[in-house]
Order: sequence, then structure tokens, then C-alpha cells
Amino acid sequence: MVNIIDLHKSFGKNVVLSGVDLNTDQGGIYAILGPNGSGKTTLIKSILGMVLPKKGTIEVLGENIKIDSAYRNHIDYLPQIANFPNNIKVKELIRMIKDLRGAKNTNEENLIRRFQLEPFLNKKLGNLSGGTKQKVNIVLTFMFDRPLIILDEPTTGLDPIALIQLKELIRIEKDKGKTILITSHIMSFVEEISDEIVFLLEGTIYFKGTIAALKEKTEQPNFEHAIASILSKHHA
Amino acid sequence: MLKILKYSFFDLMRSRWSYVYLLFYLLLGIVLLFLNNDLSKAIITLMNVIIVLIPLIGTVFGIMYHYNSTEFTQLLLAQPLKRSTIFLGQYLGVALSLSLSLVIGLGIPFAFYGLFYSDAIWDFSLLLVTGAFLTLIFVALAFNIALSNENKIKGFGYAILMWLFLAVIYDGLFLMSLVFFEDYPLDKASLIGSMLNPIDLSRILILLKLDISALLGYTGAVFKSFFGTNLGLFLSLGCLVLWVILPVWRLIYVSKRKDF
Amino acid sequence: MQSIGIFKLDPVIKTILHTIIFLSVWSGLWAKTITVCPDCTHKTLKQGIAAAQAGDTVLVRKGTYKEHDIVIDKPLTLVGENYPVIDGELKGEIITITSDHVTVDGLFIINVGTSYTTDYAAVRVKRSNHFVIKNLVLEKLFFGIYLEKARDGLVYHNKIIGDAVEEYNSGNGIQLWYSHNVRIEKNIVQHVRDGIYLEFSDDCSITENVSTENVRYGLHFMFSNRDIYENNTFEKNGAGVAVMFSKEIKMYNNHFRENWGSASYGMLLKEINDAEIKGNTFAENTIGINIEGSNRVVYHNNDFLNNGWAIKVRGACYTNSFTENNFMHNSFDISYNSKVNDNVFDRNYWSNYTGYDLNKDGVGDVPYRPVKLFSYVVNRTPETIILLRSLFIDILDFSEKVSPVFTPDNLVDENPMTKRILW
Repeated sequence: MVNIIDLHKSFGKNVVLSGVDLNTDQGGIYAILGPNGSGKTTLIKSILGMVLPKKGTIEVLGENIKIDSAYRNHIDYLPQIANFPNNIKVKELIRMIKDLRGAKNTNEENLIRRFQLEPFLNKKLGNLSGGTKQKVNIVLTFMFDRPLIILDEPTTGLDPIALIQLKELIRIEKDKGKTILITSHIMSFVEEISDEIVFLLEGTIYFKGTIAALKEKTEQPNFEHAIASILSKHHA
Repeated sequence: MLKILKYSFFDLMRSRWSYVYLLFYLLLGIVLLFLNNDLSKAIITLMNVIIVLIPLIGTVFGIMYHYNSTEFTQLLLAQPLKRSTIFLGQYLGVALSLSLSLVIGLGIPFAFYGLFYSDAIWDFSLLLVTGAFLTLIFVALAFNIALSNENKIKGFGYAILMWLFLAVIYDGLFLMSLVFFEDYPLDKASLIGSMLNPIDLSRILILLKLDISALLGYTGAVFKSFFGTNLGLFLSLGCLVLWVILPVWRLIYVSKRKDF
Repeated sequence: MQSIGIFKLDPVIKTILHTIIFLSVWSGLWAKTITVCPDCTHKTLKQGIAAAQAGDTVLVRKGTYKEHDIVIDKPLTLVGENYPVIDGELKGEIITITSDHVTVDGLFIINVGTSYTTDYAAVRVKRSNHFVIKNLVLEKLFFGIYLEKARDGLVYHNKIIGDAVEEYNSGNGIQLWYSHNVRIEKNIVQHVRDGIYLEFSDDCSITENVSTENVRYGLHFMFSNRDIYENNTFEKNGAGVAVMFSKEIKMYNNHFRENWGSASYGMLLKEINDAEIKGNTFAENTIGINIEGSNRVVYHNNDFLNNGWAIKVRGACYTNSFTENNFMHNSFDISYNSKVNDNVFDRNYWSNYTGYDLNKDGVGDVPYRPVKLFSYVVNRTPETIILLRSLFIDILDFSEKVSPVFTPDNLVDENPMTKRILW
């Protein structure tokens, strides 16, 4: 699905990614983890073409992304900070994104119902709370039915009900056979939904495999402790 | 690109700043007409005001819009859209809505004052064309500055400095160097010097209209062919077009190579 | 007069007789008409004139007459019918008038000879008086109408169209040399060196002429006094109108337009004293009026519109007064090259005036300074003109306005009008 070979990226003198190789199969949920500044967002943005690699190639669905921006038609992306133009209504934003992507068959009605956004449809985005904005953000992401979904910190600002709805939504999409890449700081969330962990450390992939394999490798019974042990071992 | 343009444009049309800008021009037009009681005199005053103000407003607006829409831009960048499309669309959205405010804001009071029945209509059109060009140029320059500076405060500072330089300081240095080198033939140098600054270029277009009698008082042959024929008009307009194209080209170039 | 001239008479009686005879001639008592045409007995003007007696009329029918050096040496009326063509074939002067009381009317005169030593003219009046030259059309000429020591005559409604390109090989349209008390009215002069040129000619009046597109001056005065010119139009001349070394000239209600160029003026005043300049319009000239060494000149009720410099004062000009003029949309209103000012500016309207009038009496409450600092800069470095209307220049001018350093501090209009002055 996503095939990354020897990806290098630095911002000025600050090396962020130094030789990342990653290959995901079709279907399944991959959680990209790592400490702050480990390059999670950079990796995701590289896949999206928002960050241009210094070296290395990225293929999405067998297409080299350098060549054409059309591959992004196959991706649904949820950005980290949901900040939209303030003086535009929710309804208009949804219509606009649909228009920009040129998509016809979308299921925003379902999603709006799921996240109970009906009362906000005619409100301007500037007047919404952070959580509600994130819900809108989720609607915008999931309303297109694309094979690759990338979620950057999807749980930010969500209340427990919305969180449950999100998890369910992710599960449904997974069952459709989609590939989902997620970054998150909420370990319980990651543990609950992800099939495989991709652990970034100092610009390379330190670990890639299932949670069980991670626990085994670190000899820790608990997922959170397993992660902590990687970090502390590394710093020691 | 047209879609982005459309959304940026409508976004700005809803923003209260567009109305402030529009209202400002409306007031300016009305006040000038009221004070002068004379169409052509009001237009002359307006020309003096506009070649300094439009660049300032274009710069401030361009830089504000770019920084304020960072997240929106991010959202667009994740969509299957070309980067050049996104930035050109946003750029044109800002530049066109500003130009439209100018045309409507000044157009209404002047139209009510009987512009269409007056000889001043050509001067007025020149004024609007120059204003539109300056808007296109300075919004493009502002976008360039914003794109190259992540830091808002820095970007804003640079933008204001650029305006101050082109509107005032440049002419000061220009004047000093002309006086300093007065023993040399300077007509070519002075023309080239004016071409290098879009505000001076627009000023020349206005001079061609208002001060042709004075300009022809100078003996230099280059001056004479420049101001005495249509050469000056076409060359100035051509340079203005270049002044739009170059920053827009850099805008696309930089945006293609930038990380977001 | 030759018939009488053979008797020796007392000058008084001679004058009386002279007048009687002349009056009779004028009323046509003894006069006869001699017709000239290609098929008549008199086939040329010369034959016709030779056959005529004093006081006769020579009528020239339509046709082409290839003649030059035609001398009119007796009081005659030479009239063309339907504009007969007198073609000088570039051989020299065409008509020379050496007698008093000659009228030339309605001829189309072309191809005057060009010479670098002799000023050939289409029509020359030599030491004669009471001449009338009217309704002539002159083309392909060197000099047009040349009045040499002539007086008390009228040059009326002629059309002079030259093809002058350079100053050195072209002549003037209407030239007066030591000719006094001549009226020049309703003539059209184009494309010659000087449209109308007066040298040592006093008490002449120049009225309602249109002098345009001439190589040098539309109108040119040298050493001529007490002349008056009014209601003339001078447009697109190489250097405008020049009034030099003359006294007591009156200039009323003339139009000076579009005289463009580096040495071009609406009007150039040089060594002019006691002149009156009233009711004129100076529009779109590089320099409206250029003044050098002129004193006690009154400028009143003139319009200065859209000129590069409305008035440029170049030294040694004293006790001139500029009152109730309109200065509108000029790039520079007044330019001075010295710090001394002895001229008065009062109650003018300046479109560049930005003051206010709180008591609404039509007079601005703040004085106006018509000289800008920038005009000094431009005088010094002409290329800086390209910075006109720049914000930087405005700031410079403003600071000079607040505390004058380079401009004469007493050069102010204390009573600037707030509305255009009408008269």
C-alpha cells in the first residue's frame, strides 16, 4: 500500500528522518509512534507530499508520489490541528471540500448523525469549540471512501462518546479492507485499535511489528511500559 | 485553480476587512469629491494617494491573509490539488477581491458624480488600471515574503519595511544618487531606476498623463523619445506586467519546494 | 501721383490736392478697371499694372500667372477673382509695393524664391503707407508679407502656410521692420520660422490672428514699443511667443497652448518693462511664461492651466505684480532661481493650495507658498524631474514649506483664493 525506501529529511541542520524504510500491506491499522520530535508528523506529511524528502522514494498504491499529485485522490487525511477559515459555515465547508475533490458519492449524512453535528451545520466555524471542530474534521476525512486513511492525532479534544464513535468508525473502515495510518499519544487508544506498531526513534524505524511482538521484545507485560522501556533504555 | 480562487474570494468577501477596505475607498472618493467639487482635481489627488496607499494595503492584506489561512492551506495541501493551483488561487482571490473593492469603492461615488459624462473618464480608468496593477504586484510580493518567513512577526516586519523602502526610501536614495552624479548623462539611468520600482513605474504612468508638459522640458534624447511618444506608456505597462509575473513565478517556484 | 508731382507746389496745397485727388480716386470717380486674364489683352499682371493709371483697379481673373518681380509703383487696387495663382517659380520676390495707397486682395501666391543673401517675400511693402493687404493665400514661401519701413497699413485675413523645417533656411510669415502703426488682423500663419515678427516697430496692433506650428516663435517682438496684441491664438510653436527688449506692450486675452520642448514657452519675456499681461490663457506649455530681466509688468486675470512650469523667473525681475490669476494643475506653479524676491503675489487661485477658509470669505486663512523646494532640485539636476509626485519629494517639499531654507521666505500669496477666479 505505502512503500517507503530510504527516506531522508532534515529541516536546516536538524535531521528528522534518516533512512526510513517502511512497507505496509493492504488492510490493517498501523500506529506510528515515537517521542516528541521523532518525525511522526514529518513522515505522514512526506507521504502526503506536503513535505518534500531530501532523499528516498515514496510509493502509494504503486505510484511514485513525486510524479503526480493525483495519488492523493486515494488518501483521506485528518490533519493534526483542525483550524478552518473562520467565516465559513460547517455545511459550506463540507460542500467546498467535496467540490474541491470533485467527489460525488459521499456519506457525510451518516457521519453527521453519528457525531450529532446537525445543530452546528449552519454555524460558522469560528464559533465552534475545539472538540466540535475536530468532529467536523473527522467528517471531512471519512466522508470519502478511499483505500488509504491517514489520521494525525485523531482523538484531540474529543469527548468520550465521540471517542467511542471514532473507534467504531475506524473499525468499520478497517473491515472494508482499508489501510489506516494513525499517530497518537493516547496509548490505550493505540493498543485498542492498532494491528501493528511502527516505532520511530531518532529518524529511523526502531521497531515495526505487532503489540505482542513489542511486549516480547521489551519483556514488558504492559504496552505502555513497553514503550517507556524503549525510551528509557535508549536514553540510558 | 478557479475553485480555490472562488473560495478564497468568497472567504474574503465575507471578511469584515474587505468591507473596511471598501468603505475606506467609498469615503475617500466621497470626501475628495466633496472637498474639491471637481472631478479631475479629485482624480489627481486620488492618484497621489493611491500610488502609496494601494501598495501598503495590498502588502498588509496579502501577508495577513497568508498567515491567517495557514491551516486552511494545510487542509488544501492534503487534497489532490497541485501546489501551484492552491497558491495561485489564493493569490488571485486576495488580489481580485482587493481590486474589486477599489473599483467599486471609488467607482460608485465617481459614477454618481457624473464620471461617465465627463472627459475625466480616461484618467479615471488609468487610475483604476494602475491601482489594479499595484494590488497584483504588492499582494504577490507579500505572499512571497510570507512564504519565506514562518515567523509572522518577522514576515510582517519585512513586508512593512519593503513597502517603506519602495514608497519612500528608494526615491530618497534615487534622488541623492541623481544629484550626486549630476555631471554625468543620467536620462537612461533615471529611467531604468524608475523601472526597478513598481511604485515609481505607476507614478510615471500618472506623470505621462498629468505632467507631460513638464517632462518634455528636459533635453535628453532618451527622455524625449520615452515621454514624447507612446514608448513610455507601453514600456511602463510592460514593466508592470513583468513586475506581476516575476513575483508570481517565484511564488510558484518557492511553494513547490517548500515543506508544510 | 506722378501727374501732379511734375508741378512745383507749396507743400500745404500739395497735401490738400493730394487728399482731394485721392478721395476722388477712392470714390471711383476717375477710376477704371483693367482686367488681366490668360486670353485678355493684358495677359500678365505686369502688363495690367503698366497699363493702369493711379487709382485704377487691376482685376485678375482666375488662371495661373508665372511671374515674379512684379512692382506696384502707383496707387492701385490689385484684386484677384476666384483666387488666381501667381507662381514665382522660385525665382525671387513676387510682388513689391513701392507706392502709397496700394491694396492687394484675393491672390493665391506660391513659389517664392529662397536665398541666403536676400529676404525674398511673397509681398513686400517698401517705404509706403496706407496699404491694405488682404485675403491672400501664400504657400511655398520664404518670407510671406514683409513690411519694410512701411506705416499706417492693414494686413487682414491672409492665410500663410509655409513648409519650414529648419530655422536657418526659412523666413517669417509676417515681418515688420521699422514699420509703425500697422494693424495685423485675422491672419492664419503656419509652418514658417516666426509666425509674426516685429523689429523696431511701434504702435502696432495684432488682433485675432492664429499662429501655429511655426519652427521658432508664433509671435516675436524685438525693440518694438507700445504695441498691443489681443485675442490671438499661439499653438504648438517651436518656442512659443517671444517678447524681447520692448517697452509698454499690452497683451490681452491671447491663448498660448501646447508649446512643448526643452526651450519652449507659452511666452518668453526678456528685458520687458511696463507691460500689461491680462486675460490670457496659458495651457499645457512646458513653461507658461519665462521671465528674464523684466520689470514693472502687471499680470492680472490670466489662466495658467496644466503647464509644466506656470511661471519661471530667472533673475533680475523687480516690482512685477501677479494678482487674481488662476494657477491650476501645473506641475510647478512658480520657479525661482534666487533667494531674493521683489515681486508681489496676491489674491491668486492656486489649485495646489491645501489650506482652509474658516470664515468663508473666499480667501484662504493660511498663506500659500508657490515655490517648491523640488523646483530647485530640478533646476540643478533636470533628470530628477522623473521623481515628480513621489512621496519622498512631497515630504521634502513639506519640510521646506514649514521652514523655508532655499526658497525666498517672502514669496507668498497672503490671500490665496479658495475658488477659481472668474472675470
